[in-house]
Amino acid sequence: MSARDFQVIPRLGPEGEALDGEQLEISMGPQHPSTHGVFRMDLLLDGERVTRLKPVFGYLHRNHEKIGESTTYLGSMPYTDRLDYFCSLTNNWAYALTVEKLAGIQVPERAEYLRVITAELTRLQNHLSLAGFLLQDMGASGTPLMYAFREREKILDLFESLTGARMMCNYMRFGGCRCDLPAGWLEQARAVVGEFPRFLDEFQALLDENEILMSRTQGVGVLSAALAVNAGVTGPMLRASGVNYDIRKVDRYGIYDRFEFRVPLGDHGDVYDRYLVRVLEMRESLKILEPALRDLPAGPVLDPKTKLRGFRPKPGEAYGRIESPKGELGFFLISDGSPNPYRYRVRPPSFINLTILEDLCLGRQVADVVVILGSVDIVLGEVDR
Amino acid sequence: MMIPGQGILKGLAETARNFAGSYVGRRRLVTVPYPEERLAPKEAARNFPFLVYDGDDWEKGLRCVACQICEKECPPKCITIIKDTVRKPDHLGKLQFQPKRFDIDISVCMSCQICVEVCPFDAIKMDTEFELSATDRFEQLLFRKPQLAKPNHYFQRIHPVESAEVDARLGAEKAKAEAKAEVLPKAKP
Repeated sequence: MSARDFQVIPRLGPEGEALDGEQLEISMGPQHPSTHGVFRMDLLLDGERVTRLKPVFGYLHRNHEKIGESTTYLGSMPYTDRLDYFCSLTNNWAYALTVEKLAGIQVPERAEYLRVITAELTRLQNHLSLAGFLLQDMGASGTPLMYAFREREKILDLFESLTGARMMCNYMRFGGCRCDLPAGWLEQARAVVGEFPRFLDEFQALLDENEILMSRTQGVGVLSAALAVNAGVTGPMLRASGVNYDIRKVDRYGIYDRFEFRVPLGDHGDVYDRYLVRVLEMRESLKILEPALRDLPAGPVLDPKTKLRGFRPKPGEAYGRIESPKGELGFFLISDGSPNPYRYRVRPPSFINLTILEDLCLGRQVADVVVILGSVDIVLGEVDR
Repeated sequence: MMIPGQGILKGLAETARNFAGSYVGRRRLVTVPYPEERLAPKEAARNFPFLVYDGDDWEKGLRCVACQICEKECPPKCITIIKDTVRKPDHLGKLQFQPKRFDIDISVCMSCQICVEVCPFDAIKMDTEFELSATDRFEQLLFRKPQLAKPNHYFQRIHPVESAEVDARLGAEKAKAEAKAEVLPKAKP
């Protein structure tokens, strides 16, 4: 039996026209530069059109949840940095929030402000890198990415002088933050935040009306609001489809109820909307950062009653969640009173946002698959854990 | 009404402005040509842990008393300590246990700083040395006591603010201990 005998499948194209030909199965990844890490897609192609897409992941599996069960509560904190390595500070916050909920720890006001400031700076630099990488995927080789990374560098410098590391910050502790601001940090942060709108104006002038960008992204990878809600998609992906759901507004965790900001929503749910929603979210983050940097109160940054060593919460369970730059990042912990959690579970936003990838890509061309994957904003450290 | 190509021209004007701007100010050029030029070191920077010693003799002056807390708390378990069986005098002449062996496998270490936070004796601190290349994956990346021991003035140089705080605290503790030692013999007779 030749290969042809079972490979000839008459199929219908997106407009209902009959397509006759051999289907070609290709494997994209895991070392493809546009797959944002070690992620593989099994594509079945009819000509240039995708008829099946099977995501294959697990290449970066590090047994994160099981390690969390065998190490102390504090010992898991540096491991959370490695989940979504672009946003270590929001990962820290989500984990600290869950443990605080489990053990009933109060956080001093200054620490709450520091958490909001660092989380919003993280959101800025995550959305910047995403916009840069998305354009890189479309073939704008370098320019937007370099501009984005130049601004991200300024934010990473702030992180380094505050926490000691650019990406693996390990900054939050149960009941506050590890250390107070170094001298001159606030002025530096105010300068970075003050200059940021000017950069965003330039960035939007560079890209928003670019005809090539519009033709590559508008109407591509449309995600309907119903599918997004049913699949549990969260974050900018969901909001680009027009669903108003932001955990900062829904839960009002931390001190987010003190800041005035709006939630940008998309109309069409295509790649262009996902790009634009993120750019607009950066502008809203600046609206949070300015008052937060202005009103930062004095006081301790760590609740003096919490223990660093030998921390044993009472038996019980807690689920804590925050709006990480990629969506709802949740931690679920069960304590049995021992120094290690009995169960440690992560709800990773980019893994759940990735589940609808096939629905977005069916009938599109291979070049669109790369762009759609770029707009989902995945980090494989979080997808594979 | 958009003229076709207007968006692209607008974008090209931005790239031209950025290109020219990178020659006039630091705002559009944040990198420096390493290794000829380096950024100023940061107080909070951290890389791998090292052991602080007081005085001139590193073997006598180690602040570490082999309590093994850092070994227990280290999340990736990269620290190995073997406690000495006999107490030896430290640089102040006080009898203390010392680590017979103190190894840090820096190929496993993830620079999380938890050992520094849990150490009650300010004996282990974070180094900022980052130019560490090795030709071997195992032996050269396993740091032993002689490589780890670094003097207190090195710590003062790389972390000026933190070391000033630590020195003040240790000095106060030492003064308190000396005052107590002076009081005790008087109380005896």
